[in-house]
Amino acid sequence: MNLTLKVWRQKNRNAPGHLAEYQARDIPVDASFLEMLDIVNERLIESGDDPIAFDHDCREGICGMCSLTINGKPHGGKGGVTTCQLHMREFQEGQTIVIEPFRASAFPVVKDLAVNRSAFDRIIQGGGFISVRTGSAPEANGTPIAKDVADRAFAAAACIGCGACVAACKNASAMLFVAAKVTHLNSVPQGQPERDRRVLGMVRAMDAAGFGNCTNQYECAAVCPKEIPADAIARLNRDYGTAAIKEALVG
Amino acid sequence: MKALYLAVIRFYASSIGKKMIVALSALGLLAFLLGHLAGNLLIFSGPDALNAYAAKLHGLGVFLWVPRLGLLGLVGVHIMATLHLAAQNRAARPQEYVADATLRATRSSRMMVLSGLTILAFIIYHLLHFTVGNLHGFHDDNGAYRLADGSMNVYKMMVVAFGVWFNSLFYLVALTLLGSHLSHGVSSLFQTLGFTTPRTRPLYTLVGRLFAVAICGGFASIPVAVLAGFLK
Ligand code: HEM
Ligand code: SF4
Ligand code: FES
Repeated sequence: MNLTLKVWRQKNRNAPGHLAEYQARDIPVDASFLEMLDIVNERLIESGDDPIAFDHDCREGICGMCSLTINGKPHGGKGGVTTCQLHMREFQEGQTIVIEPFRASAFPVVKDLAVNRSAFDRIIQGGGFISVRTGSAPEANGTPIAKDVADRAFAAAACIGCGACVAACKNASAMLFVAAKVTHLNSVPQGQPERDRRVLGMVRAMDAAGFGNCTNQYECAAVCPKEIPADAIARLNRDYGTAAIKEALVG
Repeated sequence: MKALYLAVIRFYASSIGKKMIVALSALGLLAFLLGHLAGNLLIFSGPDALNAYAAKLHGLGVFLWVPRLGLLGLVGVHIMATLHLAAQNRAARPQEYVADATLRATRSSRMMVLSGLTILAFIIYHLLHFTVGNLHGFHDDNGAYRLADGSMNVYKMMVVAFGVWFNSLFYLVALTLLGSHLSHGVSSLFQTLGFTTPRTRPLYTLVGRLFAVAICGGFASIPVAVLAGFLK
């Protein structure tokens, strides 16, 4: 198939960016979106031009490294799919596709479509862990967990930290990511001793990184490749509220 | 005391804290709206019922200033926190998308600042109109709007005020935007305060819409009834 691409090109964090137009000819319909960009890049390199920089790693929807806002929709906006798993058959012959980076002041552009998402690492450092040595895999029935709790924790743990929620949010808020991590760890017994410290630490790290505030519009959940539901955010709010009150009363 | 003060400051400084303060102040304003509506609907029970209710409120004397100042405080806090949040949100995405798309956000959710500011303009107009100002000569010395015992004839005030069509029109426009504000705001409140679960989300969305329709329909019924000549 033949497509017209309008791709955001930006030399570095501080340089101004612009949309550059490319013709993507003879793209196989079975190519993934990233493979389409690979083809375009090979041709750019052959003609001595600077290839388009974009992030990727596993290309099977599990690492969270790929990104891209495609026609205004992170990961293409289908929901439940990462850009690496998006196929060109979803597009129409002759279509114009605008490709931009995940935009947020907390995700500065490294180059072109690649952004620095280390703000997420700082949020994890704020409390997204369990600080006990668990050793090797424990006996499965050693710590019983109710089925519904296990299911909820497991669904939340599916978050791959891609940042599409931030990119889709009208306010570049990271609430869905933080909510997924807090729901995961605050649900299981192993996470209980640090539950209040965790949520306070992670929300403060989130605020310090300059993400926006949630306005309960749920654009995040609509694009999340792991379909983390917006209810996780209500849970985050509840956990934060109780932790903040406890902190104010008993320190 | 100082520790509590610091805790409040710290809560306000956080994103979720500010949102909860918006939601809590809104809860107070919603309670006021319900009470205010219930009082106003007495107009349909005739002049005596409405005027007696108004006289009772005015009978509170200085104590009427307790709810008044409380409301003013709630509106002030609500506006301060929402505008603060909105400014941070703008700063969080300095470079807009060239191709912008909206997948799920409702129109009312995207108009919260606009609908809120319209409500603010309306509140100011409303106070000038009935409470402070003298557009229709309500507060003239000649006693045209006084009852025999000297208290205000609120029924007559309302019928005269809403008989002016552009006045009623502005009320109806403002009420429509209040409805928009509440249809997103009320369901949003449950999410912000952490009550929403997968099971209850549809219920809260419905509650928000019903609340918006009930409040706005209720208030709107008065100017409409006056214009239609039903109340006179
Ligand atoms: C009768 C007066 C008002 C009522 C009953 C009311 C009610 C509400 C409610 C229930 C919410 C949702 C809170 C939440 O998300 O948890 C809200 C949000 C909001 N209100 Fe109001 N409001 C009023 C007046 C105003 C005014 C005067 C402004 C002026 C700026 C305003 C601006 C906003 C904004 C911008 C939001 C969105 C905040 C966000 O989404 O994070 N409101 N309001
Ligand atoms: S919540 Fe979803 S969109 Fe956000 S980082 Fe996790 S997987 Fe990506
Ligand atoms: S490249 Fe790993 S999730 Fe897309």
